[in-house]
Amino acid sequence: MALLEVDDIHTYYGNIEALKGVSLTVEEGEIVTLIGSNGAGKSTTLRSISGLTPPREGSIRFDGDDIAGVAPQDIVRKGISQAPEGRHVFPRLTVRENLDMGAYLRRDDHSEDMERVYDLFPRLKERERQKAGTMSGGEQQMLAIGRALMAQPKLLLLDEPSMGIAPILVDRIYETIKQINQQGTTILLVEQSAHHALDASQRGYVLATGQVALADDSDALRQNEDVRKAYLGA
Amino acid sequence: MEAASIAAKPVSRRPGEVVRDLLSRFGLIAFLLAMPVYIAVKDLSSGEGITPLLNLLVLGISNGAIWALIAVGYTLVYGIIELINFAHGDNFMLGTFTAFALFGTLGLTVATGPLGLVAGLLVCMLAAMAVCSTTNVMIERVAYRPLRNAPRLAPLITAVGFSFILQNVGILWFGSSQFSIPNLIESQHVLIDVGGVKVRNGDVLAVAVTVPLVLLLTQFIGRSRIGKAMRATAQDPEAARLMGINVDTTISFTFLLGGLAAGAAAVIYALYQTTLWYFAGFQAGLIAFTAAVMGGIGNLQGAVLGGLIIGVIQNISDDRIAAKWTPAVVFAYLIVIMVFRPQGLLGEETREAG
Ligand SMILES: Nc1ncnc2c1ncn2[C@@H]1O[C@H](COP(=O)(O)OP(=O)(O)O)[C@@H](O)[C@H]1O
Ligand SMILES: [Mg+2]
Repeated sequence: MALLEVDDIHTYYGNIEALKGVSLTVEEGEIVTLIGSNGAGKSTTLRSISGLTPPREGSIRFDGDDIAGVAPQDIVRKGISQAPEGRHVFPRLTVRENLDMGAYLRRDDHSEDMERVYDLFPRLKERERQKAGTMSGGEQQMLAIGRALMAQPKLLLLDEPSMGIAPILVDRIYETIKQINQQGTTILLVEQSAHHALDASQRGYVLATGQVALADDSDALRQNEDVRKAYLGA
Repeated sequence: MEAASIAAKPVSRRPGEVVRDLLSRFGLIAFLLAMPVYIAVKDLSSGEGITPLLNLLVLGISNGAIWALIAVGYTLVYGIIELINFAHGDNFMLGTFTAFALFGTLGLTVATGPLGLVAGLLVCMLAAMAVCSTTNVMIERVAYRPLRNAPRLAPLITAVGFSFILQNVGILWFGSSQFSIPNLIESQHVLIDVGGVKVRNGDVLAVAVTVPLVLLLTQFIGRSRIGKAMRATAQDPEAARLMGINVDTTISFTFLLGGLAAGAAAVIYALYQTTLWYFAGFQAGLIAFTAAVMGGIGNLQGAVLGGLIIGVIQNISDDRIAAKWTPAVVFAYLIVIMVFRPQGLLGEETREAG
């Protein structure tokens, strides 16, 4: 049984149907990517999984439980955390306080996890006491990922971690994403710029206007003519 | 790609903005001090000495302490959901009525001994705090939460609606005229007199309740788990939900805290003013809201500072200009402060900018 099984979900914003029956699975230990152009429904898919915009129809099974319609805090408790699109760090909290917020639901001592995040992103350690809103986009992205890790997720959702970030930093962040996965965290990765995402992942889904248009191994997707034209700029 | 560098470097500023910034920092302090300093100089040169001004300051601070406690409720709520809780002042009024009703129930009179009085007033205060916080939480649940995703105007108008409803509850309870209540603490009795500077019972009460409450509140919001959840929710509600914060509970809790402060303010006000009125909450609320905006809405210390400043301006104006001009004087100060510092004295950048 897969760790995450999204089955035919329909998600709406008011009367607008943003997801028109999306299905996907993520096996334990994988990095799976979800690519697609702007407005395809990638973020909505992650928001549906996190419970921010619960699907009106369809089911989402995680670790054996149906989590469609479950409150976001209970979904975090079950082991899914997200670094959202646009990073959304708490601008007037320090880096350290932001990481504390990531561990909000944990009552145990989380200092070891903080050390782990600082090992993964040494830059954050240097900026520990700085207000998050004063950092560069790349640093904020590191913080958003680190913050999501503080919840000790089984499944980490990453929404466009390369958006608005200098190319050299994107390479670094992707190295770290792979490292996080090697340390045992399953990852569902959303990207508009597909190069890095297809490199890092084992499998991928292509989303177009709220539906899955293609699903394949990442290598196969990279070779696919349509994908190359639409998402790899070839 | 650009976004990264824009966020990293401070934007270079034109000279005009730098001057404006300096003016807004030091100019405003000078502006705020101008009137007291002018009065001090005038009094000193006419041989009256500094005592009259110090007496006005004492009154201003104790009045201001009450505004500050009410302002806290506006600022906490605005900070977290960007809503002006128009019913807050009227909720405060219900607190004053609760306190008065309990004077009767508990048999508190001017003849009650000191021990009984302290115990009785403590009960009154706890009861008023309970009533105001329950009402506040209930209003949020009924009139604001269902409208959280509605256009901004919707919760604003339900807030105004609840303001009127609470006023009518007040009228049903104790009628529509002003009424005097027993002066239980002899609020005007001079407790301390240092060379003509008089500190009265009411002043001591106001400061003795407000200071520890505000300190407690600041510590609580700064350190406790739910306090951190409040700050996170205020800065980015959606990210807060992704952290596992129950945003609804956190917002309810914020209304609860605001209600507690309003309830405490209500008892001080009742004991201090000894005259109550169903409409007093609306007036007090307007002043307290002004204080919150002046100090920087969303900022706890700012609300306290704003309350104290307004209290002092009011008392100086009442005494040296004319009571009928006081509202105009207060708002003239507000306008100048807003023009030079739109975010308020201690206000930080807005959520959008942050
Ligand atoms: N808050 C919202 N209100 C209304 N429509 C929205 C909202 N957010 C997204 N949408 C719409 O839902 C669709 C999917 O958006 P989104 O999931 O953000 O796409 P992607 O992340 O792939 O760019 C788009 O058509 C978008 O316009
Ligand atoms: Mg998106």
